[in-house]
Amino acid sequence: MYMDNSATSPVKEEVFNAMVPYLKEEFGNPSAFYSLGRSAKKAVETARENVAKLINAETREIIFTSGGTESDNMAIKGIAFKLEDKGKHIITTVIEHPAVLRTCEYLETKGFEVTYLPVKENGILDIEDLKEAIRDDTILISVMHANNEIGTIQPIEEVGGIAKEKGITFHVDAVQSVGKIPVDVKKANIDLLSISSHKLYGPKGVGALFIRKGVRIETLIHGGGQENNLRSGTENVPGIVGFGKAAEIAYNNLDANIEKLQEIRDLLIGEVLDKVPEAYLNGDREERLPNNASFRFAAIEGEGLILRLDAKGINGATGSACSSKNLKASYVLSALGLEDAEIHGSLRLSLGVENSIEDVEVVSDAIADVVGSLRQMSPLWDNEKNESLELDESKFTDVDH
Amino acid sequence: MYSDKVMDHFANPRNSGEIENASGEGTVGNPTCGDLMTIYIDVDDDEVIQDIKFKTFGCGAAIATSSMITEIAKGMAVDEALKITRNDVADALDGLPPIKMHCSNLAADALAEAIKDYKEKQEE
Repeated sequence: MYMDNSATSPVKEEVFNAMVPYLKEEFGNPSAFYSLGRSAKKAVETARENVAKLINAETREIIFTSGGTESDNMAIKGIAFKLEDKGKHIITTVIEHPAVLRTCEYLETKGFEVTYLPVKENGILDIEDLKEAIRDDTILISVMHANNEIGTIQPIEEVGGIAKEKGITFHVDAVQSVGKIPVDVKKANIDLLSISSHKLYGPKGVGALFIRKGVRIETLIHGGGQENNLRSGTENVPGIVGFGKAAEIAYNNLDANIEKLQEIRDLLIGEVLDKVPEAYLNGDREERLPNNASFRFAAIEGEGLILRLDAKGINGATGSACSSKNLKASYVLSALGLEDAEIHGSLRLSLGVENSIEDVEVVSDAIADVVGSLRQMSPLWDNEKNESLELDESKFTDVDH
Repeated sequence: MYSDKVMDHFANPRNSGEIENASGEGTVGNPTCGDLMTIYIDVDDDEVIQDIKFKTFGCGAAIATSSMITEIAKGMAVDEALKITRNDVADALDGLPPIKMHCSNLAADALAEAIKDYKEKQEE
């Protein structure tokens, strides 16, 4: 049972079928003038229309990229280098995806200043903090739409209104939200918006950047001039076609999917919190993606939980340090004010359209069973009282490691 | 990522639990890394570890190393058990991923603390 759709989602059958001809007989280069090339070009443009429609943009405002990370890089560096004569101050939040955070850190080495806004306990930024952070030399505000770990949705319409009023370019990393909830670049006054195909049942290695008409960015990838001279390189035609098909399907099914996923998510949250003592929900209860359920469980560690759930055929994710590459606990959960020990027992389940109400009982029972078995072994859990124990530091040796 | 042996000891941990009125008890770990281990030992008059159990809060490698050290140390004289190193435990598990070597492989330290506790109790 796959419940890690925030990491990636399976390619839909219709998407796969749409791609196949462009891997085989329709293999033309879209830059070629003969019919094979024109056919590929037409397919790319159809995909562009579908992606634009999904976010209420104009077709010419969509640039295809290799994915969300490239889109974020292109937007942030592209604006920074274009507008550096106007100012060198950027505002973002502490819970952005690494594609945004590492890009901002890189720009700091190039003389830019970045304000990283904190978030409240529910994972949502404080609009007053944003207003206070704005300076005369602020050139860019970059705020994610929905967080990849806790699913919390930011008030991007409000942020967009403020950015517009102050004349500051506004970028939104919408990798987790596009295709899952309504995204309207016009309504939210968004200037640049990043999308990734593989989060909405399209193929990996393809994404898009929306660039509002009239917004100028510095070109990062030079070459043959594809994608309106902004992103050179022969287009990934099969990937773009698949992405376009996935966008079309997402657009046609958006309301139905939201309704279905919310029902499953709410039932899942209720069942898990009901079946597992000392279980908590991370992030905002209401302002969250319809497919995100992010939990934490006292006295256990997330990697063990993930491995044991995997053994039962259930795939989820954790923000635990032990499963990360640098042994640091999730910075997103830390930003909510949680202690390391609380973060270690985190579990993110991100539902997909293939999940069903029937899955909820299976998954919640499995979680209760696995959490219970890990707690049986945990020195931080009182098995007789079925509650967590405070660590007695007098009996505890912090060794050098 | 993990060897089959690590996965086996993680999935089917040996000797988990606690020993009431244990001869020695040691807890080590670091909350930042998220691993905390307690080893309990029961030592007989010949200073041989007759029983050993563990409780561990930690990742797959942490649970596997805890389980493995109980298997290695059971039946050993305490002074012999003191010589078990973190590397011995990792080797017995057919290796651990490099990043897991330090934070999740504290079982030898926990055992050493338990033996230290036993020896201190003997002196009292």
